[in-house]
This record gives sequence, structure tokens and C-alpha cells, in this order.
Amino acid sequence: MSCEDLRQTQLERLQATLNRVYRNVSFYRRRFKEINFRPEDDFTDVQDIERLPFTTSRDVSDCYPYEMFAVPLREVVRVHASSGSTTNPRVVGYTRQDLRTWSNLVARILSSGGVIQDDVIQIAFGYGLLTGGLGIHYGAERIGASVLPTSVGRTERQIKIMQDFRTTVLVCTPSYALVIAERMESMGFSPKNLSLKHCICAGEPWTEQMRKDIEDRLYVKATDNYGITEVIGPGIAGECLEQRGMHIQEDHFYAEVIDPETCRVLGHGETGELVLTTLTKEAFPVIRYRTGDLCSIMDEPCACGRTMRRLTRIGGRCDEVIVIKGINIIPDRIGDILEGIKGERPVFQLVAVRKDHQDQLEIRVEVTEQLFYDKMLEQRSLVDFMSKKIANFIGITPKVKLVERGSLQREGDRVKPFLDHRFGE
Amino acid sequence: MLVVKSVHTYYGNIHALKGVSLHVRKGEIVTLVGANGAGKSTLVNTICGMAKPSRGSIEFNDRAIEGLPPETIVRRGIALVPEGRQIFSAMSVEANLLMGGYIHRKNPGQVREDMDRFYGIFPILKQRKGQLAGTLSGGEQQMLAISRALMSRPDLLVLDEPSMGLAPLVTREIFAIIRELKEQGRTILLIEQNARAALKVADRGYVLEIGKVILEGEGPELLEHREVKRAYLGKGAKQIWEA
Repeated sequence: MSCEDLRQTQLERLQATLNRVYRNVSFYRRRFKEINFRPEDDFTDVQDIERLPFTTSRDVSDCYPYEMFAVPLREVVRVHASSGSTTNPRVVGYTRQDLRTWSNLVARILSSGGVIQDDVIQIAFGYGLLTGGLGIHYGAERIGASVLPTSVGRTERQIKIMQDFRTTVLVCTPSYALVIAERMESMGFSPKNLSLKHCICAGEPWTEQMRKDIEDRLYVKATDNYGITEVIGPGIAGECLEQRGMHIQEDHFYAEVIDPETCRVLGHGETGELVLTTLTKEAFPVIRYRTGDLCSIMDEPCACGRTMRRLTRIGGRCDEVIVIKGINIIPDRIGDILEGIKGERPVFQLVAVRKDHQDQLEIRVEVTEQLFYDKMLEQRSLVDFMSKKIANFIGITPKVKLVERGSLQREGDRVKPFLDHRFGE
Repeated sequence: MLVVKSVHTYYGNIHALKGVSLHVRKGEIVTLVGANGAGKSTLVNTICGMAKPSRGSIEFNDRAIEGLPPETIVRRGIALVPEGRQIFSAMSVEANLLMGGYIHRKNPGQVREDMDRFYGIFPILKQRKGQLAGTLSGGEQQMLAISRALMSRPDLLVLDEPSMGLAPLVTREIFAIIRELKEQGRTILLIEQNARAALKVADRGYVLEIGKVILEGEGPELLEHREVKRAYLGKGAKQIWEA
């Protein structure tokens, strides 16, 4: 689809979507009225979407369970929900047509990741209320692949099925792929005996290093894809075999990247929070949904020939972004750098401090045997090396401090990735 | 080929089209369904130059055509088969066809050739070529109206309610003709009350409701859609919040 065709399609579908939510969803009608926006008069170009307010996960929780549905419940043939730990879960619905669209979208993503009709595909995602399992399931059936709905857990059984059923495609979270690889190694089982060719990963942010690990240890080609329950589930964007970013299915979703602080829409290549609008969903359309996921949009054409723009790897959550001296810092990325230095991810914490009206970044790293040296000099040079490496990456020089094991402030059993001491402790 | 962007059209005080966008690609049949008063015919009139849009743009083959007079739009390659056929009933069948080829009148060979082609496709027209068009049956008149429009050798054929007022059997015949036109690779914008038949032949469809597009999709998919039934049945069907 050419750029112009796509824009026209987006315009038409957005207008239809806005007309429908304005009529059927009181939440949006209220929101639009607040800013005096009438879709029929005020929406003449795709760009006009920037006038509309955002929808947040909080809004969706507040509309628990069915308030945001755009069709009566009898039109809804499926309901899913995201896990809400502290608030109400976010409930989404699908009409018959939505399920058809969804299957097609997932099928597109799976096939761009290399899945064909002859494949045997093992889906190790949670089935149930979460969208991952059933979402991929229907897409795989749409392609005509043989689906093994093994769901999550019982790793040894997964491995046995993988071997006996001659699985060719594994779908799971990247960390679970590594769990499987590890278990195989401890069982003394070689993945070379498997028929695995592809691993379709999703469900959590991961790194290029993890991809390499998965590929080397399971002898597969691993691709990334992006989904979020409130928007549809899996099927929003997925990598092709070039493995350079996830093609957004722009004929069904309108993607923007905004600055999470100022809410300004960012240009191509700039990293910020992904905001999505559904173009074809019927039961649960969302307008400018703030996903909380950090990434940027790549505009350059892809070698695979697909014309849809690409999302870069999700770089973490924006609620974990730290802004120091105007620089966005993501704790996870710092972790990657530290991991690169000694080959293992240390336990660490970022602390923003303010000295003489100057913001400074302090990185506290818990000492491990690998990071410990008898000689003071060597210890110093390691710390300097770390700080230099990080400075190269983020552009400001942090102060690296080694601290005793177990001394970092924790929240439950997890170290808080970030403390802000700029405004007093 | 045809790209309509956010068009608004008024009929006197009535805001008949409220920001309608749609497109038709080469070789496609696109249909527009909706109840009476949804704005279907206004859209046809706006595309063909009989009504002027107050806002928005219409592009045809990459050139703007909004607000141009109808005769220019015919020359640009859009031909209309109007609602109720509107054949020249006091003229012979042949004269009707000649009128259709009016813009090519300086090339009589071509007009002759086209005319013979349609006589080949619709032998009944050949049998009655000397007869006054008003004496033809409804179905025959519709065939004549379609042939007349095609005489201008258009890139896009707009059919406004081709099944209107025809007996069910004849309607079926007309849709068979439309299907045939599609196989010839013609590009068609089909406006129909008979949503079921229209969506069956169409590649894509738009559902219009009181001047706004509320749904867009592939023909057969829309066919089963509740919103389509609602839009088509109009106010009688229950509103969503009443259900």
C-alpha cells in the first residue's frame, strides 16, 4: 500500500471510528464535548487527531467493566481483560468481526515472522482472560498451521511435546524461551534434536543480547512483536525476518510517539511513549491510548519490501523514565551496559541527587564476586570504566558507587530501579 | 482513482453530507449503502458536479474535480447512470446511445463501434433500436441507461440505484450485468438501497448514516454486520443504548 493510499484509508477509518464512538461511547462523547470537538466538522485530516485528548489505562480501569464498549453486550462474542494488580482490571470486548480482523492481523505478524501453513506451532502463552494465548492461537489457525495450545508452565512437558510433536515454531515470552533453553541444557538434551525453526517472542521488553542467546541456544530465528490488551492484544506490530524493527499494521492502527512529560507529538526517530488509536475495532475502539511503552518510529523503507513503518524495540516503560539534565534515562538500558561489562547483570539502582543546584546521576551497584578486586587500584579502574561506558551512552557522566550486597532499598523483593533524592531524601 | 476527502454538502439548509471520505481504486466495485435520506444521492450529485461541496476535496485521476460543472466531469471520465434511469424517452434507442457518445462526436467511427458492441452485449437494444426509448420495459431501459453511460468511455461508472423500481427477476439480471462489467475490469461506484445484493457484488462498501460514514469494510463482511442492518433499516431499529 502506498503512502497516499494508506493516509486516505486511515482518514476514512478514523472518521468512521470517531463517528461511532461519539455516538455510542459516553466516555468519548463527554471528552469530545469538553473540548468542543465534533468529529463530523472538526476532523478533516488525519493530523487533526492531535487535537483529541488521550485515553489512559486509568480511564479504561475507571470504565470497568463495560462502560467503554461501543456496541451492546449481545454483539460481543469475546471478552478479555488485562491483569490489574492495584486497580480494576481493564476489560475489553470483541465482536465477531473484531475476532476476524484480529485473526488476520496476527496471521500477518506470524507469517512475517516466518510461519507458514506447514508449521507446527506451540503456543506457550497464558490462555484465559489475557489476550496473548488466544490471540496468537486464532492467527495461527488462520494461517492453517497446526496449533499446539500448550499454555504456560511445566517446562519439561513443553520440551517433551516440542520433541515428540515435532514443533517448528515456538511462541512464548523471550525469558521463557531462555528458561526452556536452560532446562534443556540441564536435562542434557540437545536442541539440535528438535525441529524448531522459529521463535516468536512477545509479552515483555527484551534485548538484542537475549535474541542472540535464544537464537544460539535453541537454533531458531527469533522475531519480536508488539501487542497490548487495551488496543487489541497481539497483532499490532511485528518483525519481519530482517529483524530490524516491528512493522506497525498501520491500516488498522494509527501510531504516534509522544513526549511522556509534555505530551508533544514527536517526529520520526525520536524516542517517547507509544500512543495508539484503533481504526477498525468495533466493540472496543480506543482513541489515542497511552501505552506507557517507550520506543520510536522508523520511517526508512525496510529491505523486506513491506511499506508499513516500523517500531523500534520497546525500550521499557515510561513510568520508569528518569529525566536528568533533560536526558531521558531508562534504568533497563543502564542495566544492559553494566551487563555488557562483566557479562552478568548486577543488582543496581539509579539515584538522582542534587549538589549545588546541579543534578547528578549516581549509580549504586551491589558488589558481587565478579565485581570485587583485592587491589584498590583495579577496583577504581573498574568503576571508572563503568562510568565512562555509561557516559558514552547517555551523554552525562554518572558517579558509580559499589555498595554492599543486599544494601539497596527494596520494594518487596525487587530493588527499586530509581530513587529521586533531588528534592530531599 | 477517485479520492473523496471530508466532503460537506448542503441542500439549502440541510447539512446532507457531514465530512464524508471515501476512495475507489482502479478495477474495484465500491458500494455505498444506507437508508433513505442518509446522503447517498447527494454524494453522487457532489461527485458528478450537480451539487457543490461547501468543504472538502474530490480528486479524480490525481486532479481536483470538486465544484466543476457536470459536463467537464464527464470529459474527465466519470459517467453517471442516474437514479430512475432518466433515459430520453421521446428519442429512439439509437439516439439515446448517440447522446451518450456526445463527447466523442468528432470520432464517429469510434461511436459506431461502441454502439455495435453494446448491441452485441444487449441484443434486445439492437432489436428495438428504432423504437422510442420510453416504450422499453424497465429492465431494458436500465440496460439502455448503462450502455448510454458507457458510450462516453468513462474510467469510472457511477450507478445510482440501478435496481430501483424493477421487478426482482429483472433486478437479478441487472446485477448480473454489473458482475459482468466487473469482470471486464471496469471501476464502479454503486449506490444501492438493496444492500444485500450490492454488498455481494462489491469489493468494498461504506455504510452511510445521516450524512456520515460509520463503517467501512469488505463487501461480504459488511453484509453480516448489525450496524448495516441498523443503518439500512434506519430509526426503526433499536439504538445501541436501548438494546
